[in-house]
Amino acid sequence: MPIYLDHAATTPTDPRVVDAMLPYLTEHFGNPSSIHASGRRARQALDEARETVARILGAQPREVVFTSGGSEADNLAIKGAAWAASARGRHIVTSGVEHKAVLHTCQVLERQGFEVTYVGVDRLGRVDPEAVRAAITERTTVVSIVYGQNEVGTLQPIADIGGICRERGVLFHTDAVQAAVSQPLDVDRLGVDLLSLSGHKLYGPKGIGALFVRRGTSLLPQLQGGAQERQRRAGTENVAGAVAFAVALSLVHDDVAARDRQNGREADLRDGLIDRLLTLPGVALSGDPDRRLPNNASFLIDGVDGADLVAALDLAGVETSTGSACASGSTDPSHVLLAMGVGPDRARGALRLTIGRDTTDGEVKAAGEIIVDCLARLRGDRIALQATASA
Amino acid sequence: MARIVAAMSGGVDSSVAAALLAADADNEVIGVWMRTHPDRGEGFEHKRSCCSPDAADDARRVAQIVGIPFFILNVERQFGERVIDAFADEYLAGATPNPCQACNQYIKFDELLNRGLAAYQAQQVATGHYARVEIRDGRWRLLRAADAAKDQTYFLWVLGQEQLAATRFPLGALTKPRVRAIAADLGLPTAEKPESQEICFVPAGDYRALLAERRAYAGAPGPIVDARGEWLGTHSGYAHYTVGQRHGLGVARGTPLYVREVRPETNEVVVGARDDVAAGGFVAVDPRFVAGEPPGARFEATVRIRHRGAETPCEVTMLGSGRLAVETAAPVWAPAPGQAAVFYRGDECLGGARISRGGARPSASAA
Repeated sequence: MPIYLDHAATTPTDPRVVDAMLPYLTEHFGNPSSIHASGRRARQALDEARETVARILGAQPREVVFTSGGSEADNLAIKGAAWAASARGRHIVTSGVEHKAVLHTCQVLERQGFEVTYVGVDRLGRVDPEAVRAAITERTTVVSIVYGQNEVGTLQPIADIGGICRERGVLFHTDAVQAAVSQPLDVDRLGVDLLSLSGHKLYGPKGIGALFVRRGTSLLPQLQGGAQERQRRAGTENVAGAVAFAVALSLVHDDVAARDRQNGREADLRDGLIDRLLTLPGVALSGDPDRRLPNNASFLIDGVDGADLVAALDLAGVETSTGSACASGSTDPSHVLLAMGVGPDRARGALRLTIGRDTTDGEVKAAGEIIVDCLARLRGDRIALQATASA
Repeated sequence: MARIVAAMSGGVDSSVAAALLAADADNEVIGVWMRTHPDRGEGFEHKRSCCSPDAADDARRVAQIVGIPFFILNVERQFGERVIDAFADEYLAGATPNPCQACNQYIKFDELLNRGLAAYQAQQVATGHYARVEIRDGRWRLLRAADAAKDQTYFLWVLGQEQLAATRFPLGALTKPRVRAIAADLGLPTAEKPESQEICFVPAGDYRALLAERRAYAGAPGPIVDARGEWLGTHSGYAHYTVGQRHGLGVARGTPLYVREVRPETNEVVVGARDDVAAGGFVAVDPRFVAGEPPGARFEATVRIRHRGAETPCEVTMLGSGRLAVETAAPVWAPAPGQAAVFYRGDECLGGARISRGGARPSASAA
């Protein structure tokens, strides 16, 4: 069995989640919009799932829209809110370290005539709330800032930014996809109007997510069709997915003390990895060393191509990532690292290790040594090659 | 147990090469597709999004069926410099580029071999080339493929001892129909894929756009002249022409005209009749010999000056300082500067050199 250190890409579905969802794929297969008993049974499961999610968010059930996942939630939040408010203004404020689901959505809106301000970040990937305040104009309708950055793990001061948005009367969206497995999700404390979630990042299945939409927030639906999800998202509901999502979210958040203990355990493992790798020359931590996701250890490594290192680690039995789950070999350096002021060459040496619930101390220690070995081999060979080339 | 990196292009040849190696229980095969240049996504929004081109999809699917791990190795920077830019620079120097050979030399048997072997801890690299490798008299030899029609040694002569020692050509003894049959038997999705003909980074064969994009060469009109310097017409820019080219000159004469020479210094394109383009010999530079050294200071061989071109008996004289002279037993047609002259003896590819500018000797028949 490989050592899996890529929980930011996806997590294994919790067996309790699988157990909870299976009946809605088999005997309780009904369409929640049907009038008959099978339909009512499915409707009840969907309603209960929505209540559970709402409870964890400190929201009302009608404020929860189930989606196909985090990307759809981001698209619906930003496009939906920007278009619905487009008569008032067409200006959006976001940051340079957003997930592509937010970044590319904003770029499409730019083509459609919206103006977008990308607030910069510091070397640690932090958004300054005052920079957001300064970027808001009379025409601004939506602000979107990621909660926990998916590549480098930096946590943003969401509540502070939320307060500013409230003060200025603009809608505030946060992509909480990566943060939701460890951070509190109380939408009032966070001061958000829109919040995106994804099932498979928190031990649920792929293909289900949710968007919190604060009551009174107008959204232009991005999928037209039936009247599902209070006319905000057409399409027959993914009942099994919604049930699974609610259970997965409960397993993380119902017991806050347990969640915090789990975070502490993962942070300890993370710090062990960070300490081990930082003993090596030419290795630097990326992201905020203090305010970061408890499971994220991200590095910039000189003298190697991140994708080569990930492949070498895979063959040595450790599953990792360069920063996002992109297997296409695209050469473009991470926009997140570039926004943090990392040069394009250096950005190629990115490695992200993300810990999970089942990660053990033994795995982390073994992985650390394997990384040290692979790195030495890759760098040694590269240095040897350069020596040959110059000879 | 040998760990082998199989370069997979997404074509039928490299698919079968990987499959044949993987079928041998003594091998641990790792499939690698090299991303050589950016690819446009299918969505309209982002021209360089995180997507994988069709060829990579095919290669991955084959790797899944064959049951081997599959990675994508990014070589865009190296390919851009050593193959695409070099391709443009050759045209700008009035020469004819040889991108497939450059890709073998700098990408497959350098970048993939060295970087791939380090990352994947492999001992060998395999490709779907039609060629064979064998040890004779204590040296690695590059031998013609069993299928003469498919032989690709013309693009592989740049390989030396170190590289051949770490190289496998699993298709060397097979014919193309046999390779397709194997692919079909294994149910590989690439079994019926047509042969790729064009240069992979030049869409629709139009390299003029590439010269403009990579080297800001827009082309400036200049004279088309005959060997005596007499004006015959106007061309669109010297770099748009290569030696031996017949079409696109826009000059009407009783007999067909061919490009004899391209002169970047004066932006002239020199043309002549078909016989004028033939040569009885030429000078070539940057020689490389597979065995490490030429068979002698002067040796007999046969020479080929284009892929699948005819082979002509010749005598080669090493001139020193990276130059050699080739005298052919019969006229060779249009030795184009920049193209490789590759030498053979029997089934062995000895090596070759790059044909240089201005070294062609008139053929006996034309003189």
